[in-house]
Amino acid sequence: MIRARGGQLSGGFRVQRWTRLSVVSAAVTVAVIVVLAVVPFLFGADVTEQLTSLLIFVILAVMWNALAGYGGLISVGQQAFIGLGAYGTIFLTQHGIAPYEAMILAGLGAGAVAVPTSLIMLRLRGGQFAIGMWVVAEVFGILVTLDAGLGGGTGISLNGLDVFAPGYRQAYTFWVTLACTTVLLGLVFFLLRRRIGTSLQAVLDDEEAAASLGVNVVRSKRVLFVVAAVGCGIAGALYLANTLFIQTTSVFGVQWTAYMLFMVLVGGLGTFEGPIIGAIIFYLIQAQFGDSGAWYFVGLGATAIAFALFLPHGIWGAVDRRLQLRLLPVGYTLRKLDTPASAGADPAATDT
Amino acid sequence: MNVLVQGVLLGGFYALLACGLSLMFGVMRIINLAHGDIAVIGAYLVWVLVNQTSMPPWLAALLVLPIMWVAGYVMYVLLLERSRRAGQLVPLLTTFGLAIVIENVLLQIFSPDDHSLLSSTGTLATSSISFGGLTISIFGMLTLATAVVVLIGLQFFLSRTTSGRQMRATAEDPDVAELVGINARAVYAKATAIAVAIAGLGGIFLAIRQTFNPSTGPTQLIFAFEAVVIGGFGSPWGTLLGGIVLGVAQVIGAQVNPQYFVLFGHLVFLAVLASPRGGLLSRRGRTV
Repeated sequence: MIRARGGQLSGGFRVQRWTRLSVVSAAVTVAVIVVLAVVPFLFGADVTEQLTSLLIFVILAVMWNALAGYGGLISVGQQAFIGLGAYGTIFLTQHGIAPYEAMILAGLGAGAVAVPTSLIMLRLRGGQFAIGMWVVAEVFGILVTLDAGLGGGTGISLNGLDVFAPGYRQAYTFWVTLACTTVLLGLVFFLLRRRIGTSLQAVLDDEEAAASLGVNVVRSKRVLFVVAAVGCGIAGALYLANTLFIQTTSVFGVQWTAYMLFMVLVGGLGTFEGPIIGAIIFYLIQAQFGDSGAWYFVGLGATAIAFALFLPHGIWGAVDRRLQLRLLPVGYTLRKLDTPASAGADPAATDT
Repeated sequence: MNVLVQGVLLGGFYALLACGLSLMFGVMRIINLAHGDIAVIGAYLVWVLVNQTSMPPWLAALLVLPIMWVAGYVMYVLLLERSRRAGQLVPLLTTFGLAIVIENVLLQIFSPDDHSLLSSTGTLATSSISFGGLTISIFGMLTLATAVVVLIGLQFFLSRTTSGRQMRATAEDPDVAELVGINARAVYAKATAIAVAIAGLGGIFLAIRQTFNPSTGPTQLIFAFEAVVIGGFGSPWGTLLGGIVLGVAQVIGAQVNPQYFVLFGHLVFLAVLASPRGGLLSRRGRTV
């Protein structure tokens, strides 16, 4: 294991996690969260609602990237947990639990369902896992449709939030969303910085080699799988709170995967900052072209293909490679020290 | 008993859909997430030919297959070659992107309405023969027979012809295959072309047996994939058996409650996955 925080190596290199820039950017991140928190006081309900959906996209993108970019697990079925989160919230409110508590509980419930699901799904590799998850999402969708108490296939509304005046409701939902985003992103961030992050990196590089060195491959993936399920579940619940009405066909629909794929590929697969940028870009594109129907989706798909082929680490990956920005570091940076022996050498830094 | 016959015939259709998916996975280790949508392209092509020129469906089918073959070749050159070299995960990302593009281009051209070839195929699609209390759909028999012919044809191609042997060698080890003078790239392109043509053939049968629309593809992909997995990855007869098990499960589900049709198939699939062997005819180390 590499020791963090400026461990000195022979040959004039230093391994560091926090660069001066990343300390600054972490401070900026905190500032952004504080600024976001006062948005409902400054702007109308429509801006608050828009920002809520942006933050939901951020959660989804970060979760999908955690699976695909760090776990090597491409899922076409994360809508299984989005749907469980949304319908779990409906179910819990029907049984007398207050909506916001129900949303959190439903997200955790999605994580609980993910544990047995992972026992079957993590036996699969690559494309088999991808479509296997899709089948899981279909099964959950069908089971919910069969339950008349959850509105069957016709959709159902979330009751219980109407005790708040619309402006307040929007503000509360936004704050809950912001809190969830902060906690979930923080969870993924610190998870990836722990030993499991290093393990997953080793698994991505060479699964057999990692296993032979004692990395518990399945356990590392399972932790990630469950965390991603909780994140997607909470995102689904928040989506419900923001729109107040859901249908099985839309909430269990595979279009969620198309969105997540786009956000992560454009922003930067396997980078921490990339999906956040991807979510913002996706949000702007959707606001601009979301009404243009089928061509909008053709554009999304084609862009995703282009990024996967020509810019596999997305916009952030390209920026990062040129400028060595490490705003929110989950990996380590190898930096050449300015010793006389290496004077004049490019202070090149390599990602580990 | 009737249920069983229906399920077996339906299974023939799934096996036909699954052949191409299985071939591409066997040769290239790529699961083509656009497979179902490619089948639907075949369905639309035949529909357009039949409706624009009023040619008989079988002639349209004969014209569509070479088109699909070429399309498969182009797809390999433009998309899969680069994806394959970029790593294991990239083909999944690009073929899923391709699926989104195909579905929405079809949506733009043909609207979300249901289409069907039923009206153009006369009595073929609806007639059946009765045999000792059993009702056997003629078209279902034809589908199953086609699936068996395609599977035998693939088996023969892979084991008896030079390019089939080259394909198996490349599937085993592309580097060694290249050392002995096989052009792996050409082999992969050919495998994709065959897979896409067979998917198109499946799409033609799809167009005759049911209505279809631009979002029919994903369901076909899922059924084809389930057939491949239930049968145990890779073996042609496993694929047929997998298709039949899936078909029977679905028909039994529909017998219990029409809403359970798809659900029962999924549950059998998940049960097979959860079982220790993970496939009915799965054999370790077998590729094609």
